[in-house]
Amino acid sequence: MPRNFALKVITTNRLVEGDAVYLTQAGKWSSEFADAEVFADLGSATSALEKANEQTLFHIGAYLADAEIDPSGRPRPIHYREQIRSRGPSNYFHGKQAEAANV
Amino acid sequence: MYRYSEFDELFVRRRVEEFRDQVQRRLSGSLTEDEFKPLRLKNGLYLQLHAYMLRVAIPYGTLDARQMRQLAFIADNWDKGFGHFTTRQNVQFNWPKLADVPEILEALADVGMHAIQTSGNCIRNVTADHFAGAAADEISDPRPTAELLRQWSTDHPEFQYLPRKFKIAVSGSPRDRAVTKAHDIGLRMVRNQRGEPGYEVLIGGGLGRTPMIGATVREFLPENDLLAYVESILRVYNLHGRRDNKYKARLKILVHETGVDSLTHEIEDEFAERKKWFAGVDRELVANLKAAFEPPVFDLSRTRAFEDRKERDSDFRVWTDTNLSRHRCSAYAIATVSLKPIGGTPGDATANQMRVLADIAERLAHDEIRVSHEQNIIFPHIPKDKIPEAYDLLAAAGLHTSNFGLLSDIIACPGMDYCALATARSIPVAQDISRRFHDLGIERTIGEMKIKISGCINACGHHHVGHIGILGLERAGVENYQITLGGDATETAALGDRAGRGFSAEELLPALERLVAEYLRLRDSAGETFLEAYRRMGPEPFRAALYPEAKKLAA
Repeated sequence: MPRNFALKVITTNRLVEGDAVYLTQAGKWSSEFADAEVFADLGSATSALEKANEQTLFHIGAYLADAEIDPSGRPRPIHYREQIRSRGPSNYFHGKQAEAANV
Repeated sequence: MYRYSEFDELFVRRRVEEFRDQVQRRLSGSLTEDEFKPLRLKNGLYLQLHAYMLRVAIPYGTLDARQMRQLAFIADNWDKGFGHFTTRQNVQFNWPKLADVPEILEALADVGMHAIQTSGNCIRNVTADHFAGAAADEISDPRPTAELLRQWSTDHPEFQYLPRKFKIAVSGSPRDRAVTKAHDIGLRMVRNQRGEPGYEVLIGGGLGRTPMIGATVREFLPENDLLAYVESILRVYNLHGRRDNKYKARLKILVHETGVDSLTHEIEDEFAERKKWFAGVDRELVANLKAAFEPPVFDLSRTRAFEDRKERDSDFRVWTDTNLSRHRCSAYAIATVSLKPIGGTPGDATANQMRVLADIAERLAHDEIRVSHEQNIIFPHIPKDKIPEAYDLLAAAGLHTSNFGLLSDIIACPGMDYCALATARSIPVAQDISRRFHDLGIERTIGEMKIKISGCINACGHHHVGHIGILGLERAGVENYQITLGGDATETAALGDRAGRGFSAEELLPALERLVAEYLRLRDSAGETFLEAYRRMGPEPFRAALYPEAKKLAA
């Protein structure tokens, strides 16, 4: 694996709700980044992405996001854009951070 | 205030039904996302980071209580109980679900509102001076012109596929509060030597990645020629504007590449032809519109209620000294309600606050509300006698921040907390600056100060024309903030100068503190504003304050 290759997860926004979701190993969409299947090479990530983009009735078009593995062994976003997207806005306790608190 | 005609009403209702059908077809799978996206954008519906965002037009920033209450209703029912007022005199809802949007549009249509042409390559919501019809220095109310342009541009068949978006602003005062010099077309209402009404016409202004100050193409355009002339500008642009490169497609680039003189010739030639097609229907329309925008009947009776309260209540006095502007009628004032609470999100109002604003407008202020491009709310006509009561209602709703025109009255776009285009966050930066300078207690000592923050190069936060502009970018995977100095959004418009290298989020606040401290040290009197001091001394002393390490290196 090239040194600068980051792990990938597949993400999109749901068609009706518009919120961010992540493709899991079971082929389902989860609203949590940590549930995402992690791809260690671009080839498998790209072919999984193509497959994900066939089911466009559910979402608006998936893409690959960079990930790293946190100390508990689950993926987390690297870039601050994906961090914000996986958490919610910083000015209000809205979005995913609030949903997680309600569980 | 203008009320929808039967034609407007029918048009908007049909559009809602059309969009309802389009949403159904998307949900059932008969439209792909690629097919649906341009359709939703035509109705103001964006997809952002966490959810859809619906951008609703507030033409020339004018609302009545009924409309404001409906925005509150929408915020409660389909959002998370708030709305965000923008620099384009729009209001944005951040959390609607796709399937609900047709209902939201229906609710808007019920009060004569819509989200049409708030996105896409068309003529966008026409903006105007938020003090229109009330300002003491006004030559003429810009809103009949803005409404005429709204009617003319709405679904105009020739201008639905322009090279790029197109923004028009109208100002009726010598004091430009509508940033007319940073719009594709800026119209400044003037009178010629014979005292006849007309417009100074500017074209090719704009911010974004290639900021430009508009150039005058007509010193004086007679009032009656407005539509023919504006249509001529649009025709020339539609024909020659670049379609090969999205970043070079705005009118400002055409002006820059062709030259003002040559383009003026083309516009004038087109106008000579086009004028023949205008038989005067538009002039009859304008006469009716002027009647619709007649000011309310002002109540000139006065008691001492206002002065008495000022004498005994220092908080009230500070608010009135800061947030009131001179009205054309001495028994009245223009009240700016700051949507910039210390440490809050610039431009946000909760549903409850919207209802309070609606109640005040209805009971105390001739049922008129304005939204400014500076993301504040205005009561354009409030009798001084009613101000104490209005102030108490505002204070109970947390809407009494006394900072209009001061440092914490910051413009900020939603930035990366919401926007899919953003490269950095804006809101937390605005919150930090507001809190810090409030804690320092020097806002009033500093005086007039316009800080404007954009979270990307598209410049929705108008950073180029901020006295201090802040642009959030990404640098090697972290947020980085570039500072511009000396920008000006008024009739003396100027683009700010880039100060130098950008700052990390942590470095930014200390840098701004150094900058402001240096201004306070160098100004020639307490009355010299930051902008005046900058113009007098140039960028060097301010750069030195921002980058003390550069000085050390040189030494």
